[in-house]
Amino acid sequence: MKSMIYLDNAATTQLYPEVLEEMKPYLTEYYGNPSSIYRFAQKSSHAVERAREIIASMIGAKPSEIYFTGGGSESDNWAIKGVAEAYQSKGKHIITSKAEHHAVLHTCAYLEKQGYEVTYLDVDEEGMIDLEQLQQAIRPDTILISVMTANNEIGTIQPIAEIGEIARAHGIFFHTDAVQAFGHIPLHVEDMKIDLLSASGHKIHGPKGIGFLYIRKTVKPSVLIHGGAQERGKRAGTHNVPGIVGFAAAAKRAEDGQKAIMEQEKNLRDYLIRRIETEIPFSLLNGHRTSRLPNNVHFCFRFIEGESMLILLDEAGICASSGSACTSGSLDPSHVLLAIGRPHEIAHGSLRLTLSETTTKEELDYVVEKLKQITERLRSMSPLYEDYLNVARRA
Amino acid sequence: MYSEKVMDHFNNPRNMGEIEEPAGVGTVGNAKCGDIMRMYLDIDDKGVIQDVKFKTFGCGAAIATSSMATELVKGKTVQEALLVTNKAVMEALDGLPPVKVHCSLLAEEAIHAALWDYAKKQGIQIEGLKEPVEDIEEIVAEEEA
Repeated sequence: MKSMIYLDNAATTQLYPEVLEEMKPYLTEYYGNPSSIYRFAQKSSHAVERAREIIASMIGAKPSEIYFTGGGSESDNWAIKGVAEAYQSKGKHIITSKAEHHAVLHTCAYLEKQGYEVTYLDVDEEGMIDLEQLQQAIRPDTILISVMTANNEIGTIQPIAEIGEIARAHGIFFHTDAVQAFGHIPLHVEDMKIDLLSASGHKIHGPKGIGFLYIRKTVKPSVLIHGGAQERGKRAGTHNVPGIVGFAAAAKRAEDGQKAIMEQEKNLRDYLIRRIETEIPFSLLNGHRTSRLPNNVHFCFRFIEGESMLILLDEAGICASSGSACTSGSLDPSHVLLAIGRPHEIAHGSLRLTLSETTTKEELDYVVEKLKQITERLRSMSPLYEDYLNVARRA
Repeated sequence: MYSEKVMDHFNNPRNMGEIEEPAGVGTVGNAKCGDIMRMYLDIDDKGVIQDVKFKTFGCGAAIATSSMATELVKGKTVQEALLVTNKAVMEALDGLPPVKVHCSLLAEEAIHAALWDYAKKQGIQIEGLKEPVEDIEEIVAEEEA
């Protein structure tokens, strides 16, 4: 077994060596600025345009609708602030959900301070928005609906095509944060009627610091990053050529293997979920059972706190994450877990394990064994567990 | 992010467990903010803390501060135990990250809560001991004010 078991692929992924190989020439040999006129620089500009074509074809877009950015957060910021500013004469109302990534939620909160109104849709116990509630939230001044494709914590996949249908029927733009979904599950901007889509390179074994925003030709958001005329004058800044090349290489790789990887990850995901549910008492699965990212496993373990679990897992060589307050630096646990109705004390005991295509069953067996020991040990120290046992004994 | 001492006390907590029929027991913190500490004291006729045990629901720092607090009060008189402040606990642990300072406050408060319970059971007053605040957020707010 490997010396470290990495189960935090929703946080970031390993850059694949073959992706790095494709990037290397653009770090050393072809370092020209794609905006320069000489032939040497054309090597770089051709690479950028090739990458744009690869990525566009993956989601059913035209290459001219793909804009490279510095990552998922920038794409989310641009989509929401850009549409809000450009279409404010039409209205100042935005609809999103309570379970969005902070890149969306904090952007919406910022816009609220600028005089915009935002409706935050509820999510149910499994993290799904209610299409009925979405319909009812739509107003004459609604200009944008922003709902993530798949949740970064609990992995729930939203009914994107249905949301797109509703948005289109009302003439409202639809943005989706697909940072966790792009490359992992099939996405098609025409079939799903998506107008803007955010994605990131480092979640699919590509480099960090690169993302894109898909903008449908008919949508004209304001510019967020002003400066040079890169990206058809819509996003300034010298192209991150090696990043763009690596992103496309990783995307291509993800697309080619997608079907097989999805199958393999789903099997392992469901195996891990089944073992935890049957072998660790007081474990509660978070997120939807089937409409779920193939690599996401997310549990709450009652009577224990997430950070303690993470430290003990780390000592056992396992990298994972938690939505506990202690890992976020605030007193409140994950807003996503609170949105699906987990009480605070249970939300504090959450654990996210996110697989990759290199994850093995053997590794997961080891993780389950360690988790059993860790939950048992922390429960033996927990006054909440003691109280629970005392109540149970009396009953 | 944690000192070696914190990690040591987290991994090998001292005095973890319960005391049956304790002279005093106190629980502080709340599940909402993610930390709950319970401290059990066994105190003899001379007012000396003969044994102390803890149980904690919380992060690494919460567990380590509870463990260190029990070490600092064990064998002390009630009056001496009152002098074990959160700063003493932090110093003994070679420091805590700023966001974890509230854990040491919780540990100090847990001792006070157990002593308060002891005094109540004995029908005595301990000089300098105030009724403990159950909700740690109040203490943190006080500290910051």
